Amino acid sequence: MNTITALFYVFSAVLLLAAFRVITARSTVHAALFLVLAFFSASCLWMLLSAEFLAITLILVYIGAVMVLFLFVVMMLDINSDSFREGFWKHFPLAGLVGAVIAVEIGLVMFSSFGVASAPVDPALAKLGNTKMLGIELYTNYLYPLQVAAVILLVAIIAAIALTLRRRKDSRAMDPGEQVKARKADRVRLVKMAPSTASDAAPVRGQGEA
Amino acid sequence: MGALTLGHFLTLGGILFALSVVGIFLNRRNLIVLLMAIELMLLAVNMNFVAFSHYLPLEADRLAGQIFVFFILTVAAAESAIGLAILVVLFRNRATIAVDQLDGLKG
Repeated sequence: MNTITALFYVFSAVLLLAAFRVITARSTVHAALFLVLAFFSASCLWMLLSAEFLAITLILVYIGAVMVLFLFVVMMLDINSDSFREGFWKHFPLAGLVGAVIAVEIGLVMFSSFGVASAPVDPALAKLGNTKMLGIELYTNYLYPLQVAAVILLVAIIAAIALTLRRRKDSRAMDPGEQVKARKADRVRLVKMAPSTASDAAPVRGQGEA
Repeated sequence: MGALTLGHFLTLGGILFALSVVGIFLNRRNLIVLLMAIELMLLAVNMNFVAFSHYLPLEADRLAGQIFVFFILTVAAAESAIGLAILVVLFRNRATIAVDQLDGLKG
């Protein structure tokens, strides 16, 4: 058992433990923090598989952006997490059984039929490095999917902003569009009235003064 | 316990996937933990892709798996951003995120 194998077992133990704590943690903040630990261990495992670029991306994008977003939302919403735990332990035996069956079945199939022991060493990988090879591939053969991914991100930005945008009722900002749109007819109302003559109004006052 | 094989990583991905299925089953009232379990599932799938891309023979298109992981990460980030935005709007309107109380469409 060499160093890499030992590291694999350490990282996967941490990963599985963290994943277990994500689904069983009492507080949602703790679950989010354990999810960070799980992503970090997974990134270490990807390093073992010589996927350095994706490992760093997982840390930067997932821990740096997505998990911070999760934590932000969890802390912003005032959630009573105790009410979520009703029936948790009642369902636990059945859920554990189903999960164990799934894990054992997948493990049996995978472990027996994918015993590819030695990974081939790519001479181009040793010369260029993982990141450069990935970049060359991404910007030549996968350029169109890359653009589509960028559009998906743009749509996500617009959708998230449009969903959560809320107009404040108490702010007194002015809207130039509204101001430009205003016409004379919106502000001033011209009323046609019969003219009042001096003889109608004068007598009452006139008598008092005389 | 011999050398590291492809089966080790695939089994790890399978166990991770099973754990997140259990998590969805157990935490079906808490929408945030449901989203976290979905993230774990995507991580398990990505683990398989990276492992396959590492153990493929040289003449195959080895980097395709890693590029697929790249796109999965993109879509997952977009998904969680929109999901959390929907969650915030939901909490603003209903003051709860318990899944079993979201029965507004029930007749």
